Amino acid sequence: MDTTATYNDTVVRQFTIMTVVWGIVGMLVGVLIAAQLMWPQLNFDLPFLTYSRLRPLHTNAVIFAFGGSALFATSYYVVQRTCHVRLAFNKLAAFTFWGWQAIIVLAAVTLPLGITQGKEYAELEWPIDLLIAVVWVAYAVVFFSTIGMRRIKHIYVANWFYGAFIITVAVLHIFNNLAVPVSLTKSYTIYTGVVDGMMQWWYGHNAVGFFLTAGFLGMMYYFVPKQAGRPVYSYRLSVVHFWSLIAVYMWAGPHHLHYTSLPDWAQTLGMVFSIVLLAPSWGGMINGIMTLSGAWHKLRSDPILKFMIVALSFYGMSTFEGPMMSIKTVNALSHYTEWTIGHVHSGALGWVAMMTIGSVYSLLPRLYNRDSMHSIKLIDAHFWTSTIGVVLYAVSMWVAGIGEGLMSRAVNADGTLTYAFIEILASKYPYYGMRLVGGLVFFSGMIIMAYNVWRTVSEKKPVPVAVMDPA
Amino acid sequence: MRHETIEKSINLMMVLIVLAISIGGFVELIPLMLSSDATEPDEGIAPYSALRLAGRDVYVREGCYNCHSQMIRPFRSETERYGPYTTAGETVYDRPFQFGSKRTGPDLARVGGRYSDDWQRLHLIDPRALVPESNMPGYPWLAQNMVDPDLITIKLRTLKMLGDPYTDEQIAAASSEVEGKTEMDAVIAYLQELGTNRSARR
Repeated sequence: MDTTATYNDTVVRQFTIMTVVWGIVGMLVGVLIAAQLMWPQLNFDLPFLTYSRLRPLHTNAVIFAFGGSALFATSYYVVQRTCHVRLAFNKLAAFTFWGWQAIIVLAAVTLPLGITQGKEYAELEWPIDLLIAVVWVAYAVVFFSTIGMRRIKHIYVANWFYGAFIITVAVLHIFNNLAVPVSLTKSYTIYTGVVDGMMQWWYGHNAVGFFLTAGFLGMMYYFVPKQAGRPVYSYRLSVVHFWSLIAVYMWAGPHHLHYTSLPDWAQTLGMVFSIVLLAPSWGGMINGIMTLSGAWHKLRSDPILKFMIVALSFYGMSTFEGPMMSIKTVNALSHYTEWTIGHVHSGALGWVAMMTIGSVYSLLPRLYNRDSMHSIKLIDAHFWTSTIGVVLYAVSMWVAGIGEGLMSRAVNADGTLTYAFIEILASKYPYYGMRLVGGLVFFSGMIIMAYNVWRTVSEKKPVPVAVMDPA
Repeated sequence: MRHETIEKSINLMMVLIVLAISIGGFVELIPLMLSSDATEPDEGIAPYSALRLAGRDVYVREGCYNCHSQMIRPFRSETERYGPYTTAGETVYDRPFQFGSKRTGPDLARVGGRYSDDWQRLHLIDPRALVPESNMPGYPWLAQNMVDPDLITIKLRTLKMLGDPYTDEQIAAASSEVEGKTEMDAVIAYLQELGTNRSARR
């Protein structure tokens, strides 16, 4: 083993910078479509600026461009540091970066043009799907080969989560996207109706479970202990919650199809496993939060740690809310309403984005040969804009959604419906306004971050870091 | 087996991860695919005609499913508002399925025949001309875009290959059925048939 070797931080730096760039782009599209729901004139009668084409662009940009770049960056960083080796295959790693960016650009062009499979979070058409499969296999080869070359016997817990995320996303992506092309830009899925619905939400729910949960738990298991300067709270808890999390998540998809024409047995299975899922989810939250035992005072002075702890709190909150919403009785009210949108964003902004932001602030100085970010005060300002933004967002959508659910089912004494559909929509406009403000506040924090990142990376030149010998 | 063994072998760990994530999908998907309840059409349900299929593809392209579900749940408030609840057998020719996950607009599973063709045309061009409080975008370009008669034949052939029972006569007549039609005509033809296999009114 060549002990003078250095880490491959080039690809980590590239993905980290693009995380910030795509975060801003994805959230800007989110702000625009939130405004369009209030003021439909903002669609301008232009096909490529129309809400229904831009909404998939928003979801793909924040999940796969922002979240994806963050997962690539941190997994490549973590796997090198915890295995004490340089990342395997320099060129293949570079290919995953350029390949992933090409996929994002293709998505940003094709989705506004209306080139879509029409399945949520799996909108991209078959040629792009093929490219995703190729890049993903390359990612798996780089990641698992690096683990295979490790100079330490045990595989660190963060890598279990990253590994499960990489394997599962490959499986989900391939099966959900099986389709027969009719042209370069159009294909028909091989599944139909209820079977297609079950396949889609087996995929969709686990895109959340693995892309947005397992992967980010991997991030949490490295950056929280690192930032707190404390070991992970419980090894045993991490073992138990890892295996139960990945096994149970895969059953929970049918809760997206409650009271649809999906057979009852499948709905019941989905509900039961969704409720069980609370336990492994909270296992992760507890393990993360309790890692701060003995280091709580650091929250006073370290806004990065504040990001991480609030992220874990939102993770706990969303993974309580999720099982609750998958109880059929609750779902009967919440499904098809804004409540779902509130739930998604408390997870996506509160957990995914805040964990990513905290990790980037922790990671970036190390990648650019510095002790800390350009400005700690600006991190603190970003923390407060993020927190206030996500609370405004989630609260407005809860109120709108529950109101909407109740109005939809309200009946008069003679059994007729109390409200016409359009009256229900009209009641939501004030909350659409409040949501837009929440989104704008959160977005403004990303601008603060962009400035802080730019100052941090432009002040010093990065230097290669030597691979550390295992202790 | 002690967990230490797994933690020291990446190959073993990968195999166990694959096992752990496979069971749920197998149990929920395979029986469903083999079940006639989920895959056989209800009475009166046939593959989409060429023009309606073209309209459905426009509907999917524009992303209508982002705001409109096509799934009436079996609640009194929903059957009162939208008509009889949706069955699995009504959706067996839907690629992709259109259950949706959000209703910014109303459910459309039984919108067929509820409004006139003219209402649909005006509404798609400028929704607020007819419903002032609506936040739906306008889709005026549909009235200008023409349906591609060559592509529709390939589409029907592909669907036949996938198992949808189109006859050779239908495929032969497909391109002439859409000849000279706009995407607006196609979408309206699609919408006006939705859910009409059952009477929407009690």
